[in-house]
Amino acid sequence: MTTNIHITTKINNQPYEFLAPSYMSLLDALREIVGLTGTKEGCLDGNCGACTVNIDGRIVDSCLVLAAEIDGCDVQTVEGLATSEGLHPLQKAFLEEAALQCGICTPGFLVAAKGLLDNEPNPSEHRIRHWLAGNLCRCTGYDKIVKAVQKAASES
Amino acid sequence: MVELFENKANYKVIGTRPVRHDGVDKVTGRAVYGADVKVPGLIWGEVLRSTEVHAKIKSIDTSAAEKFPGVIAVMTHDDLATPGRDTTRNGLNDVDREFFNIMAKDKVMYKGHVIAAVAAIDRNTAQEAVRKIKVEYEKLQPVTNVDDAVAKNAPILLDDLIGDHLGEDVKNTNIATHFRHEFGNVEEGFESADLIVDKEVTLQMVHQGYIEPHNATAIWNEDNKVTVWSSTQGSFGVRDQTAKFIGLPPSSVRVNYSEIGGGFGGKTKVYLSPIAAILSKKSNGRPVKIVMDRPSVFQATGPAPGGKVRVKMGVTNEGKITAAHATIRYEAGAYPGSAVNAGAICIFACYEMPASRIDGYDIVVNKPKSAAYRAPGSPQAAFAIETVIDEICDQKGWDKIQFRLDNAAKKGTRRGDGVLLEKIGFEESLQAAQKSEHWNSDIGKSKEGKLRGRGLACGYWMNGGGLSTCDLMLTDDGTVMMNEGSADIGGTRASIAMQAAEVLGLSAEDIKPTIPDTDSIGYTGMTGGSRTTFATGYAAYLAAQSMVDQLKSRVAILWELNEDDIDFNEGFFTSNDQELKISIKELSGKLESTGGPVSSTASVNMAAGGNGYAVHICDLEIDPETGKTDVVRYTAIQDVGKAIHPSYAEGQIQGGVVQGIGWALNEEYYLHPDGSMANHSFLDYRMPTCLDMPMIETIMVEVPNPNHPYGVRGVGEVTLAPPIAAASNAVKDATNKRILEQPIKPSRILKAIRD
Repeated sequence: MTTNIHITTKINNQPYEFLAPSYMSLLDALREIVGLTGTKEGCLDGNCGACTVNIDGRIVDSCLVLAAEIDGCDVQTVEGLATSEGLHPLQKAFLEEAALQCGICTPGFLVAAKGLLDNEPNPSEHRIRHWLAGNLCRCTGYDKIVKAVQKAASES
Repeated sequence: MVELFENKANYKVIGTRPVRHDGVDKVTGRAVYGADVKVPGLIWGEVLRSTEVHAKIKSIDTSAAEKFPGVIAVMTHDDLATPGRDTTRNGLNDVDREFFNIMAKDKVMYKGHVIAAVAAIDRNTAQEAVRKIKVEYEKLQPVTNVDDAVAKNAPILLDDLIGDHLGEDVKNTNIATHFRHEFGNVEEGFESADLIVDKEVTLQMVHQGYIEPHNATAIWNEDNKVTVWSSTQGSFGVRDQTAKFIGLPPSSVRVNYSEIGGGFGGKTKVYLSPIAAILSKKSNGRPVKIVMDRPSVFQATGPAPGGKVRVKMGVTNEGKITAAHATIRYEAGAYPGSAVNAGAICIFACYEMPASRIDGYDIVVNKPKSAAYRAPGSPQAAFAIETVIDEICDQKGWDKIQFRLDNAAKKGTRRGDGVLLEKIGFEESLQAAQKSEHWNSDIGKSKEGKLRGRGLACGYWMNGGGLSTCDLMLTDDGTVMMNEGSADIGGTRASIAMQAAEVLGLSAEDIKPTIPDTDSIGYTGMTGGSRTTFATGYAAYLAAQSMVDQLKSRVAILWELNEDDIDFNEGFFTSNDQELKISIKELSGKLESTGGPVSSTASVNMAAGGNGYAVHICDLEIDPETGKTDVVRYTAIQDVGKAIHPSYAEGQIQGGVVQGIGWALNEEYYLHPDGSMANHSFLDYRMPTCLDMPMIETIMVEVPNPNHPYGVRGVGEVTLAPPIAAASNAVKDATNKRILEQPIKPSRILKAIRD
């Protein structure tokens, strides 16, 4: 049997405390223990970006992070983007620009794009494409995703 | 009798860009995809996969897995139902080989082929336990391409396969089918030609590359009622296939809809749901969930076939095609059934010619069983025919659009398989390309000394029809609840709802679409073949018309008039004399006093989807030092019939282009010497990223489809047909070398430049 590890963390600004097996990824802990299934599994080897979350201001693939590593950290997932005030400007822009088709990559793109706009409010098209190159989308051809991020940047 | 429609131009809802109904759920992480399903008492399943490419299974020992702590059930092929016989293929008694693809019995046909499965208390335990199953193999020689498969003394992969070779039964063959479509006198056509160009292209298997892996959750109740959740392009397909493999009637299986994370044709076949169902049965009805890992998605779910396509074409000095002959040889994968039939329909469908012969070969190889991939069979065929057309124009110095216009398919043109085409928009699409800013622009020069080239290519997809159902229910606040059966992969809730809204004179937001489980909606086929907005949209149109008729009778009661004296226009009922007027919104509050709730339903079986054509222009630049290719500008012109929601129609076109660029330049099943796939991760199977692509310009041509009230043609698939050839023709323009092997990767470009 494996040892469970006691983890105290903040997820989307709420305190969480739970036990997770030592081998468990943050992705699995979010989905299976915390119950936040907005973070998606696409490849489990850090190449698709569907599981992107923000830990202490850094964009990471949660499939490559052990749950135990987030002890004491501040984790933001797609579920933390909208507030009681409504959708985040990126979420609105994705809807208005039709920047999603199947939607499975959308949570990862939104969390990654927010990480960009939090630090660089007016990125160039090349900068957006470079920043989002760690997130795969197979439906849209990226055109409308880039335009949505540009729109959100111009409106916020 | 097919009803033909006069299409109007001034719509209120159609052609607008409302926010899709499922949008908020999908940007908040709230949408429930297959792997997100949570059921009380859930346990996990995992499968054991073959480590060999081609081998006999001498023994399977599951005893250690059965004893592993936390394991609840173990299964092998013998737990599936007994395969039936399939008598559809020319009356031959062919065994239903899909049973052996779901789980191998005594032979594995590719690396990753499922052999056994376990269910355990959690995913980690299931993964540990499945490795305890011991399989003894007797290795056999693998066959991994069409040339090796048809060579003399090639190993025969399926001992009991009876090939159909132009109607003859043939044993001891890897060619499952050889068929031919022919009209006109092909030999005379070639004799009368002034120039004959003959080229063969070679393609590797490629994968659809959907981001969401396959998954299934199933519960087998003690009363033999089975409930399934699975990522799929169509719940009824999962129901029917699962029922077959587990030996229950389809009505005993209920498939709940869950959101689907991409399919592109690859999620039309079930891989996991029968296994999850049987594991549940063997676990006393515990719900069993299985999620496929990414390497297995690549190694063991259906890719698009590789193979070879040869096209020989004759033309006169006056620029007219005299004859053409295509030989299409596709890899079926482990079992018969590649997209060669569709490839044969598509290959010459852009051009009119007096004589045509198309030979198709479906060839079994030791690779995963191929599946549909967006315009199945057409991109590979387009690579060949559009290369030959480009070469003819190069050799004769002809304008590449004008030559195509001079030979373009139009209403009445005979397609290669004999069908006469209806009203199509290929000439209009070519003319739009001819007038486009892109085609008339200077290609420019690279600042870094890179080689620039421009390529043009066309493509065709027939677009599907088929079975669909839509139910509408008017609520007393004037909104309409809509149930429809089509899996929504790219905004079809919106495009279907908008068609009902247009009839009813309501807004898109007034229609509230739901995709119910298979017990709760009439039969609806897969979201595939570019059929959904066309066929399910037509069902929505008919259901809305039926609702208008019913409401007219309610208005007649209210106004004490005959129904004939009441008109309906853009959401308002009026009396003939225009004295009385009531909106659907107002009327919805008066249903109780006029006879009760109003609901309507419509089911359709649509014959044809209306022939989609695309013309693509690709500018790229090549680094002569490294062979790296960058697409710098791309324009996709397509006859969409009528774009119901233009943003999602554009999105289909753009997404297909980028998949096609990946297919052209990067993507392939790269094989180890033993025939196994070497690049089974997204790191090594390099799909285009954001950084690899420019914006994709779209020009939508609207030549209405006469078989649809709003003129809809399928949009999603034809967009993948031209890109391989467009990129390849651009490489020729840049380097003056024609590379006839896909992918056109840096090593091939460097070799071509240096030779």
